[in-house]
Amino acid sequence: MVVFLGLPFAFYVVMVLYPFTQATYYSLTAWTGFSAEQPFVGLGNYARLAGDARFLTALGNSLTLLVVVPALVMVASFALACLLTFGGSTAGSVKGLRGTAFYRVVSFFPYVVPAIVIGIIWAQVYDPSGGLLNGVLTGVGLDRFTDFPWLGDVDTAMAATIAVIVWAFVGFYMVLFVASIQGIDPELFEAARLDGAGRVRSALSIALPGIAGSVRTAYVYMGILALDAFVYLQALNPNGGPDSSTLVVTQQIFSTAFSQGQFGLACAMGVVLAVVTLLFVGAVFGVARLLGVRGGARA
Amino acid sequence: MSAVADRGARTDVAPRTDGRRSGGRADKVVGGASQAVLVVWTVLVLAPLLWTLMSSFKTTQEIFASPFALPSSLHVENYVNAWTLAGIGRYFLNSVLVVAGALALTMLLGSMSAYVLARFAFPGRGAVRTLVVAGLTFPVFLAVVPLFFILQQASLLNTLPGLVLAYTAYAYPFTVFFLLSFFEDLPGEVAEAASIDGASEWRTFFQVMLPMARPGMAAVAILNFVGLWNQFLLPVVLNSDQENYVLTQGMASFASQAGYSVDFGALFAGAVTTIVPVLVVYLVFQRRLQGSVAQGSVK
Repeated sequence: MVVFLGLPFAFYVVMVLYPFTQATYYSLTAWTGFSAEQPFVGLGNYARLAGDARFLTALGNSLTLLVVVPALVMVASFALACLLTFGGSTAGSVKGLRGTAFYRVVSFFPYVVPAIVIGIIWAQVYDPSGGLLNGVLTGVGLDRFTDFPWLGDVDTAMAATIAVIVWAFVGFYMVLFVASIQGIDPELFEAARLDGAGRVRSALSIALPGIAGSVRTAYVYMGILALDAFVYLQALNPNGGPDSSTLVVTQQIFSTAFSQGQFGLACAMGVVLAVVTLLFVGAVFGVARLLGVRGGARA
Repeated sequence: MSAVADRGARTDVAPRTDGRRSGGRADKVVGGASQAVLVVWTVLVLAPLLWTLMSSFKTTQEIFASPFALPSSLHVENYVNAWTLAGIGRYFLNSVLVVAGALALTMLLGSMSAYVLARFAFPGRGAVRTLVVAGLTFPVFLAVVPLFFILQQASLLNTLPGLVLAYTAYAYPFTVFFLLSFFEDLPGEVAEAASIDGASEWRTFFQVMLPMARPGMAAVAILNFVGLWNQFLLPVVLNSDQENYVLTQGMASFASQAGYSVDFGALFAGAVTTIVPVLVVYLVFQRRLQGSVAQGSVK
């Protein structure tokens, strides 16, 4: 038992858990990484961050992603999952639309494409002159989009970024929700239909409560991912975008640590990120409990 | 377990019974609109991917001349250029080595730990489980800075073995978490019978328990393969030696260089090269992967 659990777990502690605690300690120092001394500065790094305009911008952008991305992904993937499971003709038994197997396979494609490649592809799609998006828009006569820089304009850079992350995950959660909805007793849908419930009513009154546990877990995963988002931003706008409008905390941690060598400060940013993450997870579980979501469903 | 996977392949929530025919005109409109939504969604998913495939056979001039025009001839040299000049071939090999090593190690360590945690009661078991789940929640970004120095001290920084260890450590909590329920569901009598027959702990595990957990192992292995192949943050931080770049890193650096040397045809070819292995794995194991997603949600 020592070999089976002891060794792997010790390895995990050294490589994963210990770095977390170490980072928390470093956040209280002005360590540069290259000198032996790690001058203790107490909460000095945190005080600095509170007055650091660039960090606060990044934090604001990360919070925007945290609020918008999971909500969009959940709504879109739930709606698509409903269409695939009980959106079909109301004649006969409750069923999904035609071709559901095909839609499910295709929708899953973005999940298996490496995130960095998703970013690279979309950076090309958004390309002002040779990109697919402007090609389509000008092709249908919207000439004002000729050479429009989606990722280079303050007004659109963030929305364009969000669209990419949503694109990457809707299919995955759709497949997950389809599976969860199929776990609901079909007689509930039949009974609701006999009572005159339409598709929307069935979705909100039967499907949603029925898979609430899955939605909660998915929401947590998607939130953690939105707070990271590093890889997408590195591909789309590595320098933070126009006026830092797409700069996020993780990019700021990366450059502070590995370009500027301010490891103490970077760790303090990491701790802030971890605190935000935990608050978010706590909030989702709290709200779910208030709404009476039960069950240990997990993604 | 396989019952759930089989269910994943079916999309109707209820068996098809020929019931009453309602479905008036309004119903057809709603059905048509739903179908239209799904078609639009499919186009949104496929268009950027197909466009990437098409562009990978065009020259840079052709790409910028028109995003839609078909390539004048199949410029297969883009693939040759990406593979050799951009070093994608080398990065591909590195990725294969690192992912294969990390996947084998993760599955070995993860299954042993999950087995012990699931089947043996010992003091501290709850704490170990909690710590494993904690590793799933905390942002990896908090740990990467100290991890950098841990690997540096062990002389494993910028080496492929170091990367294998880091990949393994960060895939470990997910693997243990996911496999726990599989080992909990296995019948205990078989293990008892094996040990009464004189099988050692090792033999009981490798020859009796592990084969019984095969469906769960396969599902986790596939999910881990996708996750490890797509890993970006760990290699970028821990593996800055260009000789040792993995594919995702190589693509990122290629994309940032392409802005100057402008071989976009080769960039698209590199993207296709990165996607194809994962897509093939997905299409081959598609049923099983969707089943395992289903399983995680239903459990």
